[in-house]
Amino acid sequence: MIALKGVSREFQVGDETVHALKDIDLEITGGDYVALMGPSGSGKSTLLNVMGCLDRATRGAYLLDGKDVTGLSETELALVRRHRIGFVFQFFHLVPRLDAAGNVELPMVFAGVQRGERRERVAKALDSVGLSHRARHRPNQLSGGERQRVAIARAVVMGPSILLADEPTGNLDTHSGREIVELIERMNANGLTLVVVTHDPAIGRRARKTIAMRDGLIVNGMG
Amino acid sequence: MSPLDLALFALKALRGHRLRSVLSTLGVAIGVASVVLLTGLGEGARIYVTGELATLGSNLLIVLPGKVETSGGLPLIGGVPHDLTLADAEAIRRRVALVTRLAPITVGQATVSCGSLNRHIPVLGTTSDFQEIRRLRVARGEFLPPGEIDRGSPVCVVGTKVQRELFAGANPLGQTLRVGEWRFRVIGVMAPKGESVGFDLDDIVIIPVATAMKVFDQTTLFRVMIEANSYEVLGSVKGQVKEVMIARHGGEEDITLITQDSVLASFNKIFTALTLALAGIAAISLTVAGIGIMNVMLVSVSERTSEIGLMKAVGVTQRQIVLAFLAEASLLSAAGGILGLITAQVLVRLSVQFLPDLPAQVPDWAVMSALFIAVGVGLVFGVWPARRASKLDPIQALARR
Ligand SMILES: Nc1ncnc2c1ncn2[C@@H]1O[C@H](COP(=O)(O)OP(=O)(O)O)[C@@H](O)[C@H]1O
Ligand SMILES: [Mg+2]
Repeated sequence: MIALKGVSREFQVGDETVHALKDIDLEITGGDYVALMGPSGSGKSTLLNVMGCLDRATRGAYLLDGKDVTGLSETELALVRRHRIGFVFQFFHLVPRLDAAGNVELPMVFAGVQRGERRERVAKALDSVGLSHRARHRPNQLSGGERQRVAIARAVVMGPSILLADEPTGNLDTHSGREIVELIERMNANGLTLVVVTHDPAIGRRARKTIAMRDGLIVNGMG
Repeated sequence: MSPLDLALFALKALRGHRLRSVLSTLGVAIGVASVVLLTGLGEGARIYVTGELATLGSNLLIVLPGKVETSGGLPLIGGVPHDLTLADAEAIRRRVALVTRLAPITVGQATVSCGSLNRHIPVLGTTSDFQEIRRLRVARGEFLPPGEIDRGSPVCVVGTKVQRELFAGANPLGQTLRVGEWRFRVIGVMAPKGESVGFDLDDIVIIPVATAMKVFDQTTLFRVMIEANSYEVLGSVKGQVKEVMIARHGGEEDITLITQDSVLASFNKIFTALTLALAGIAAISLTVAGIGIMNVMLVSVSERTSEIGLMKAVGVTQRQIVLAFLAEASLLSAAGGILGLITAQVLVRLSVQFLPDLPAQVPDWAVMSALFIAVGVGLVFGVWPARRASKLDPIQALARR
């Protein structure tokens, strides 16, 4: 469960202060499916990054499963990301020199998971995204949709409780975009909390909740 | 994560930019090879020169009468020093262990004549051991006969120039030579030797030391030359000689002991310094190699910015990112180190084959330190790029595609 209380995020650009998030209050319960919508520059990515502990709020408190993570050290935040959070990005961010299996394995390598167990979990994760037959393919040998599925397998392989997807279909055609959405929805159905940033109203309608943002503020009453 | 996983991850990353990796490895290899090669040659030169010096008698000890203050201490207080006598020499020979040869020496100038021909030349009184100590060869006849130090017979050995000038080149063996008022039978002629430590050994007459003391009416020896069993025991022999002499001279240390040691030691020092200087020059090329590694790593970091962002997003800690990049840098430099070492060994072998006089050899310390330095170079020059990688802002890093 995610709870933001009075969270602001400001960026200093020269003498100017950009208010990317303004005093955000937000609660997302475990297993929820939330769509984050709004025009470009409204603060969606910033909010997602704060929720994913990739970024820190300038002010306010962030409670993850009831625990305040605002004051955690860099290393502690890294461990939170490692175990509790999965990220999916618009541009996949696969490591080009590693094949699909290698990319899915990466978080486990650095988490110190034993080799044998890694192999099993890679196989299972690739199977869950329907890419067992592409395990030895490099990213440049995969289609966009397949790449995003590898990225999703990588995001869930450490067994996180929250999946944060920033425009996961933004770089895909309608058909593969639809597949990706269905895939992460299936994971949500299995209990994963899902937060998706999207411009697609269709996806917005599918989510259990929609949060509309503008100028760093949440402008609807939380769907 | 396990060190193996770390190494494998680093290795795969290096394979991602093969050409750059190979080039920077070559840089380190050249650096390491030059360090090892130049120290090898320096070491060869040192061994060669000290070896040459050693044949001049590194296990020789020379006893002089009187105390020469070489260290600038207080001048000797007290009376006239005792004579260095034949009895002293005999005592040293009997009481000091590990002395293989001992030659007391006395020197004087005398008019040496044969018939109407005469020359004013140095006359050296010594014993049979002198021949071996100075590595003299006898061309005809024989050297002074071995025997008691204090028994002097009227025989002499002459230098080639003496033979030429006084005997007109004829066979002098068995003939009589006059030294001052004394008569000597010639028993040997020395092979040409030339100048050696202040004496023209070709223009000299050598007679038994006991006889020489009488001829020149001397009470003290000029010096005593002692050859120790080996260079290693020279120190012990020196100590014993000192003890014996102090005991014999009423508790007074009134002799001076000289070894080639100091000469050898200073040559050793000079060549060690030379070797270090060569190593220092070569170390510059290692530094250049290190900068090469740093450059490769910096390029790698900027090229893989988005990968680093991704690593952070999946929970790789800053420390692990530093380690991953350091592993890459040290793999590069270790590979370079090994390659350089092999190259250097091959070149040293070749140099030994073509320049057998110069026994170039790579000292173990150079091998070890070259490897350590190579890896160290990788680590030192890898730290900055690695830290840069670990400090990247993940969001900005991920914004790059
Ligand atoms: N690192 C940054 N430095 C300065 N301004 C930033 C930075 N990141 C985001 N912003 C600004 O914050 C606002 C919100 O950005 P973002 O969260 O990326 O919007 P969205 O994802 O909704 O398009 C924008 O005005 C953006 O320019
Ligand atoms: Mg965005």
